[in-house]
Amino acid sequence: MSTIYDHGAPGRQAVALPQLGKVEQGLLGAIPADLRRRDGPRLPEVSQPELVRHYTALSRMNYGVDTGFYPLGSCTMKHNPKLHEDLARLPGFADLHPLLPPEACQGALALLWETAEHLKGITGMPGITLQPAAGAHGELTGMFLIKRWLEDRGELGRRTKILLPDSAHGTNPASAAMVGFTVVSIPSDRRGMVNLDALRGALGSDVAGIMLTVPNTLGIFEEDIVTITDLVHDAGGLCYFDGANLNAYLGRARPGDMGADVFHINLHKTFSTPHGGGGPGAGPVTVSEVLVPYLPVPEIARKGETYHLDWDRPKSIGRVHPYFGNVLVIVKALAYILSLGDEGMRAVSGGAVLAANYLKAKLKGAYKLPYDQLAKHEFVLSGEGMGNGVRTLDVAKRLIDYGFHPPTIYFPLIVKEALMIEPTETEPRETLDTFAEALLSIAAEAREHPELLREAPHETPVRRLDEARAVREPRLKLDF
Amino acid sequence: MNPYLPHTPSDIRSMLDTIGVSDVEALFSDIPAEVQGWNRPLGLAPHDDLAVHQHLTGLAERSTGRGLIPFLGGGLYDHFIPSVVGHILSRSEFFTAYTPYQPEVSQGTLTWMFEYQTMICELTGMEVANASMYDGATALAEAVLMAHRTTRGKVVLVPSSLHPRLREVLATYAWGAGLALRDVPYTEAGRLALDGVPDGTCALIVQQPNGFGILEDLTGLKDCLRKTFLIAYANPIPLAVIEPPGSFGADVVVGEGQPLGNPLSFGGPLLGFFATRMDHLRRMPGRVSGQTRDVDGKTGYVMTFQTREQHIRREGATSNICTNSALCALAATVYLAALGPDGLRRVALLSWEKAHALAERLADLPGYDVAFDGPFFHEFIVRCNDPEAAVGRLRRAGIAVLPPSFLHPLGVHDGFIVAVTEKRTPEELDRFVVALEGK
Repeated sequence: MSTIYDHGAPGRQAVALPQLGKVEQGLLGAIPADLRRRDGPRLPEVSQPELVRHYTALSRMNYGVDTGFYPLGSCTMKHNPKLHEDLARLPGFADLHPLLPPEACQGALALLWETAEHLKGITGMPGITLQPAAGAHGELTGMFLIKRWLEDRGELGRRTKILLPDSAHGTNPASAAMVGFTVVSIPSDRRGMVNLDALRGALGSDVAGIMLTVPNTLGIFEEDIVTITDLVHDAGGLCYFDGANLNAYLGRARPGDMGADVFHINLHKTFSTPHGGGGPGAGPVTVSEVLVPYLPVPEIARKGETYHLDWDRPKSIGRVHPYFGNVLVIVKALAYILSLGDEGMRAVSGGAVLAANYLKAKLKGAYKLPYDQLAKHEFVLSGEGMGNGVRTLDVAKRLIDYGFHPPTIYFPLIVKEALMIEPTETEPRETLDTFAEALLSIAAEAREHPELLREAPHETPVRRLDEARAVREPRLKLDF
Repeated sequence: MNPYLPHTPSDIRSMLDTIGVSDVEALFSDIPAEVQGWNRPLGLAPHDDLAVHQHLTGLAERSTGRGLIPFLGGGLYDHFIPSVVGHILSRSEFFTAYTPYQPEVSQGTLTWMFEYQTMICELTGMEVANASMYDGATALAEAVLMAHRTTRGKVVLVPSSLHPRLREVLATYAWGAGLALRDVPYTEAGRLALDGVPDGTCALIVQQPNGFGILEDLTGLKDCLRKTFLIAYANPIPLAVIEPPGSFGADVVVGEGQPLGNPLSFGGPLLGFFATRMDHLRRMPGRVSGQTRDVDGKTGYVMTFQTREQHIRREGATSNICTNSALCALAATVYLAALGPDGLRRVALLSWEKAHALAERLADLPGYDVAFDGPFFHEFIVRCNDPEAAVGRLRRAGIAVLPPSFLHPLGVHDGFIVAVTEKRTPEELDRFVVALEGK
């Protein structure tokens, strides 16, 4: 695998910049000697054709939603509309400086205000901040809000625990810990839902709140959701909902109605903005009435047709982002909300849940299904007991040979050898059929030709990589 | 039919038959009926593509600020972005991919991450870099949390000259973690005046250049600190020509990577870069790509040292960060590769030259002065009696600078801050001077 440093020759450049000529030495001389850089940074020296070919070659070693089916559970890898990419590049958004006075950026503020209003409506919650840059950042913001609320009530030293179902995303306990909360795990029951007796046992005057994922990471809707939030509220705690799975009930139910006090929305999941190979996303947070006073400043407010920034929030947690949040991601989300409308949003959740249950029905005979409930937008199979020592990892790698991106594997932690499949609503039925056939064929191969799985993938630019070696002999940058 | 929803009525019928239910509503019987009954639609009709395009274009055109000549800085800067950057970024194999959890089909992402880590280490003079954070401000906050985890100290020394927005975000994170911020004053030259390191200090922050645009002298700082972290927050562009913080023993170098090939974007998405020493690797937040070999002995890349991360370590993780700013880091990688060492030096020196030329001319105007006499890079404070009036005159001349109130948290009430990049033309500099001359 070549890197960009393997290309080019001294003196080559991929862009023509203005000449400095004779002034260069003079300029360098103007930099005080004690500040002047002794050895310049070693950066690539490549011409434009070399640069373009190298990165085009790299792109071809990647698999994206535009390449094919990407049923990565918990990640909602739906189609990323092309129109939205163009809209986010409009100079009126992309080239606008965030520290311009509000009167010079009315359009951008209107964009944020409109999106905020829609997201409040969709979640049924009265307050919002668009600042968080990702889902985990939204979780952290939520934990800050709960901490400030406790502080304001004089309960900070007393309520120190955050309850978490054992099926939670890893970001949840990590976010709670960053704000100094102690995490208490609540087991799931046989239905894959929160064990109510365990919850009752854990609730007390030392509990700050609970973090729930709805539907949970097994793809199962907590049927007792209203009871759960009532129990937590009665015990004096607040309810955080992880919105990673909003695609399951978009336009049909609202977290605010279920008792959520804080809810983060992954715009890069439910609202179709691309994942960028790991980011950027956006994680707006909506809140119940009780937390509105603590939201980050400034609030984007409207008076008549004019937008302004309202700093009058004396109990605010402060800022979690230096400016307004990931605005270009928000452009795409607003475009998506408009294109769908109410009816389209219901169709999104309907299609997502239909696709998940369809695949589950096709696959449950060939793979273990530890929790055979009605699925929401995703479901979890297990690769346990496939025979011949075949593991979930082998199934995942063999799927690559069939031209598919593997599902999420080994998560949630409560299912052994988990295969977490989230098809999304944007996949045609034919794609779902081909994928199901591939997994059925792989199940047969596991019995008859297990080596095909264990040695997979076969046709990729690299085959299985030695991860232990990467830790044992760390090479995290080029050695020159 | 919505273009993103391919299921036809007959698809839906046959899928429902396979599942064994009568209609789609039956798939939602597990959501309590009362909860579904409480739902309220937005009252929003579906928009066709043309209507979506017109609505968003209308909003984009409503922001008049884009027509002004930008002398705006305050952490984000208007540098030239070569066309190759946008073209590479629009390869959808890059931008429609998820985090590279399956390395065999993610070598593109993992390879450029490795290149990016190399380039960030080269710029900062450090040994290891992560694959990005959300933005410079949260990268700084995470660096402070890392210093706290390492040293157990609860006091953070923060320069009074730190960019106000960085300070605000840091204050939120520090309060969340129970840390105290303590101010470090500045000299008449606008530079850090460290007057001792109290017991229990986990980190000293130095911004390079600082919130006034002044370049700090990092010499000897680490000697005063011993085990306390030296955290440098650096603008990456001047690092082409000034000695990087790594040379002065910095434990962590973070910063805002937007100037490296990313547009202003009304402040987001941005790019936080984060680099440290190998000794601190296991306490570093964020993803890292590492080189290894496959079963055939071929070189390849994987995400490595994942036991630091939330999906493995949960509440014991070094950070909760998951989604980061990958695509912005790719922009920075392509930008740095396109410019090369010579191009980056030119961008830095051109910005330097133009900023200093403007500063000299403004200092010659009666009633105007440059606020500090410390060396600056491409941003400086103009001192005058009535900054609001001066900014108003510039605005009427079609020029945008930051509102004077931006400097109030830094204790500066008699000036405004001006940033100049290589993009500003001689005519634009003239216009700036003429506007303040009032002729």
